[in-house]
Amino acid sequence: MLSFILRRLASAVPTLFIVVTISFFLMRFAPGGPFNLERPLPPATMENIMRTYQLDQPLWRQYLTYIGNAVQGDFGPSYIYKDNTVAELIGKGLPYSIELGFYALLLALIGGVTLGTIAALRQNSVLDFSIMTLATMGTTIPNFVVGPVLTLIFAILLALLPAGGWGDGSFSFLLLPMIALALPQLAVFARLTRGSMIEALHADHIRTARAYGLPARIVVITHAMRGAMLPVVSYLAPCAAALMTGSAVVETIFTIPGVGRYFVLGALNRDYTLVMGTVVLIAIFVIVFNLLVDLLYGLLDPRVRHD
Amino acid sequence: MTDIATDPASTPPQSTSRSLFQLAAIRFRRNKAAMGGCVMLVLIALFSYLGPLFVPHSYDQVFSSYVTVAPSLEPRPDEASLEGAMQGVATRARVNLDAFEVTGQIFSATISAEDPIDPRTTRYFDRANEFDDTKVVATEKDGRVLKVEGNVSREYFLFGTDPNGRDLLARVMLGGQISIAVGVLASLVSLGIGVLYGATAGYLGGRVDNVMMRFVEILYSLPFVFLVVVLVVFFGRSFILIFLVIGAVEWLDMARIVRGQTLALKRREFVGAAQALGLSDWQIIRRHIIPNTIGPVIVFVTVVVPKVILLESFLSFLGLGVQAPLTSWGALISEGANNIQSAPWLLIFPSIFFVATLFSLNFIGDGLRDALDPKDR
Amino acid sequence: MSSRLMRAAAVALLGSTLLAGAPAFAETVLHRGNSGEPQTLDQAQTSINIEAFILKDLYEGLTIYDAAGKIVPGAAESWKVSEDGLTYTFKLRENAKWSDGSPVTAQDFEFSFKRVEDPKTAAKYANILYPIKNAEMVNTGKADPKELGIKSVDDKTFEITLERPTPFFLELLAHQTALPVSKASLEKNGADFVKPGTMVSNGAFQLVSHVPNDSLVVQKNPNFWDAANVKLDKVIFYPIDDQAASVRRFEAKEMDLVYNFSADQIERLRSAYKDQVHVSPTLATYYYVFDGREAPFNDVRVRQALSMAVDRDFLAKKIYSGSQLPAYSLVPPGMANYGEPAKADFAELSQLDREDKAIELMKEAGYGEGGKPLNIEVRYNTNPNHERVATAVADMWKNTFGAKVTMSNLDVSSHYAYLQEGGKFNVARAGWVADYADPENFLALNLSTNKTFNYGHYESKEFDDLMKKSYAETDPAARSKIMHEAETILMRDQPIAPFLTQADLWLVSDHIKGWQDNAANEHLSRFLSVSE
Repeated sequence: MLSFILRRLASAVPTLFIVVTISFFLMRFAPGGPFNLERPLPPATMENIMRTYQLDQPLWRQYLTYIGNAVQGDFGPSYIYKDNTVAELIGKGLPYSIELGFYALLLALIGGVTLGTIAALRQNSVLDFSIMTLATMGTTIPNFVVGPVLTLIFAILLALLPAGGWGDGSFSFLLLPMIALALPQLAVFARLTRGSMIEALHADHIRTARAYGLPARIVVITHAMRGAMLPVVSYLAPCAAALMTGSAVVETIFTIPGVGRYFVLGALNRDYTLVMGTVVLIAIFVIVFNLLVDLLYGLLDPRVRHD
Repeated sequence: MTDIATDPASTPPQSTSRSLFQLAAIRFRRNKAAMGGCVMLVLIALFSYLGPLFVPHSYDQVFSSYVTVAPSLEPRPDEASLEGAMQGVATRARVNLDAFEVTGQIFSATISAEDPIDPRTTRYFDRANEFDDTKVVATEKDGRVLKVEGNVSREYFLFGTDPNGRDLLARVMLGGQISIAVGVLASLVSLGIGVLYGATAGYLGGRVDNVMMRFVEILYSLPFVFLVVVLVVFFGRSFILIFLVIGAVEWLDMARIVRGQTLALKRREFVGAAQALGLSDWQIIRRHIIPNTIGPVIVFVTVVVPKVILLESFLSFLGLGVQAPLTSWGALISEGANNIQSAPWLLIFPSIFFVATLFSLNFIGDGLRDALDPKDR
Repeated sequence: MSSRLMRAAAVALLGSTLLAGAPAFAETVLHRGNSGEPQTLDQAQTSINIEAFILKDLYEGLTIYDAAGKIVPGAAESWKVSEDGLTYTFKLRENAKWSDGSPVTAQDFEFSFKRVEDPKTAAKYANILYPIKNAEMVNTGKADPKELGIKSVDDKTFEITLERPTPFFLELLAHQTALPVSKASLEKNGADFVKPGTMVSNGAFQLVSHVPNDSLVVQKNPNFWDAANVKLDKVIFYPIDDQAASVRRFEAKEMDLVYNFSADQIERLRSAYKDQVHVSPTLATYYYVFDGREAPFNDVRVRQALSMAVDRDFLAKKIYSGSQLPAYSLVPPGMANYGEPAKADFAELSQLDREDKAIELMKEAGYGEGGKPLNIEVRYNTNPNHERVATAVADMWKNTFGAKVTMSNLDVSSHYAYLQEGGKFNVARAGWVADYADPENFLALNLSTNKTFNYGHYESKEFDDLMKKSYAETDPAARSKIMHEAETILMRDQPIAPFLTQADLWLVSDHIKGWQDNAANEHLSRFLSVSE
């Protein structure tokens, strides 16, 4: 087990290196640079800027410099938000994204699994139908619609909750963005849980156990749940990584100061260093969560072995 | 010799698979919700693909008199707004409106000015979407007063119009054509790659799995916006590219899920039995692994379809995807989301069709799962 | 981990100021929406108005814009201009102080201006100060910063020598690039001088805290020379790039001011918020460029015809809900030293007559119905408004000439990079917002020597010569006349088709007092107050 974890962590180094290398050259193939704006800069100014940021150097040298600095933990200054280094920007935004993403994940996971289980136990009932309708709406209606609608109702019409911002970080500020962020994922979890719960409840050993008269609830929790959680856990890794690195859409709609916006804004602004920071960030989250999930597989189903 | 040896081995699975398929088809047809979903989907497809034949307005036709008008079952212009429209025409033509009257489809108006009026002024009337076929019927006071007559041209905008004065009904139909195509094709691409990749990685395991999953992690992390922008630079805007780009990112979750299922499945008795029978890895993956992952796979497909349809509108933002004035449901919905308060119909109509389509797909998906599930026969 | 800590900090900083109607706090706070996150708070690096709004609250230049958008004395209480218009002598206010209590000196300004022109600083708006003697030479590395034409005569007297008379120089000095930095602070703190807790400023406010993408808080600077007349205790800037989101926060009464919202919201907002909706025309022009390098757009008749066929009233009234004005000249109206700009000759015709003439011209050129087929691709950067304009224009060209018009959008970086690197095109969208209120700022875009800005590669010796003449002319009236001639030529040749004069859209809560719309779009918080 320990050697498995160590091997996986060791393999993260080449993964990160490949990601950084591909991303570096991919970005430079894209037209435009961080200083191609609607208002073009005079050539002399452009020259000064290119020299200052060493963008006038050959690409391979820029690459080597970048790798050299990155290895030492220096991800450079942001080209757009010039008063800050990339590390500062991400360091300031990440706690907000993680906090919001973590609550959203909890809501999605607990809510989704609970609703999915209830639906499976009451298969084809009105309750099942209602839950699945909600789940379908959740996956279908995009959060750029859910977000504004929630704000209109709760912040403007009823004036119960703030329309946006992080404020003092209290629950009232987090509630709406959390719901907008969690809803689509909650729906996915509910659907996955319901599907595999129904399968698991039909399995022979569960039928047998039920026939013996054990209270259904215990059977469900001890036997069915375990096997049924597999697809939920598989989806957990990408979902958790996505939620905790922030969502550009939800952060923009609710004006949350997280890092999610940097994924899109950074790219649109051609802020090479900032984008690279986000690339490394998401890579780390994906690698770590995938590792955790692979470990969880072994706990849920002893048949899954790590060799 | 080889013929004889292979024949008995290969025929039975074929015959069983065919009967299995038939069995599944029968069970699927008995599923009322699934069949309802199919009917609904066919209706929406007919609406999108054949509907434009029955709508007199094209998707890119601009009605400058009807910018952002609300949906209505009544034809436009209504009686009340005709007078105002005529006044607007007179102002633009720089003449005074002395009298205006509508009887049925015909209008008559008297206009006057300080100087003789150029008879070509009638073009100002025809120019407005409300009036048509305007003629001068009488000239008075050396041409300083004109009497004109013409038809009132009435248009139906059942879904209202967008902020460019285009018929939303025609645009929702067009959006359906594109979104249904993108949704189906891109989901199939991601389904195909994801299932095969995940099953292969999970079944082979070990070093192969490790390398394949690291590759998935790399793809997760690449900056998507740049990927799209670079592809547009090299290949230009093309419809095929949409599927490739969407397929390239949306199969990753699918692959993780299928791999997770496979890891558990490959330790099950029936896989061991198949191995003992000497089936090749590929045969086992195809006949035993993939069919047993069908439950979560179908659930996940129904999640991927709305995702790719909405992703398409983000691609058009970056210059890939469909080019305006073409549109898609994703683009219409995001445009509508910006106008929730001022013009809610821009959001409501495309959303209704989008949601109805997805509901149908969900019912069909559930029906397919029940029909195809190998454990459930 | 540190989220609890950050929360505590956020509570301490923002307090209950966010919760509207908490009367426990006696201080008056202005909740000011800003249309995005400032990229920098360094006056040498700044380039956008988002930063200007903040920086001009923090710092005070030699001249400033008052609430009505007029140039008035700022850190300088008075100035003298020499006969030949080449030497400006500024007398700084005796009581002008930095927020740390030290006096604002001529040396600070000298240091700041040299810093901006030093090529090592790589200032984006270094060209704002190019009228100063040797500034361009210094900025391009051809002269030492010491040779810049500025001098501290004594602590409170600052002298500037110009390259040539520049009638709009006092306006340039009110630009955020010309704001002073504290020499002492910068030498002590280096690049960190922009950070909260470190920043020393000489304006009405001082920086308290800054959480990127959340809020930037400034509070009244007690050392400001006119602090007695500053009515606000605190201003919170909210950087919100999503226009719909900022409108929602205004509607939820979380913000008092919102800058820029989507034009299609105007009618709804007007009916709900009446005169809290402010639309003020600004010095900015929305136009299409024709690629003059290739047929058919190298034919002046084709360009004229296409330009005439565009119904600008429709664009202004229907597409932009009246929030923009139809434009027939590149230079927007409202420049004091220019007066009425030189419009295209078809501006006087009615739209129908324009179309008749356009069809005639197009026929002469041999295109359109009965002639060679006319295929036009309109390029624009992705944006709902630009898409709507392109859609409407495409429809007009299609209906008037039977042209086949296609549209093509790219994200903003790709779009402008393509144009600036000389990519070929048919018709492309562009726009220009004045850096300073002078027509030269607009006209110079079309000089044949202007490789980056002249997207359509317009080449006219006549135009170039007139512009050259205008640079040499010192008499303001004569200069204005020459530039009118140049613009007439430009509007005759239509290398660009101006469509709209843009407007700034503001939502101003009705408990904000002291607000005045102005074309300069200058609204210093120190002139505003909040009433209950």
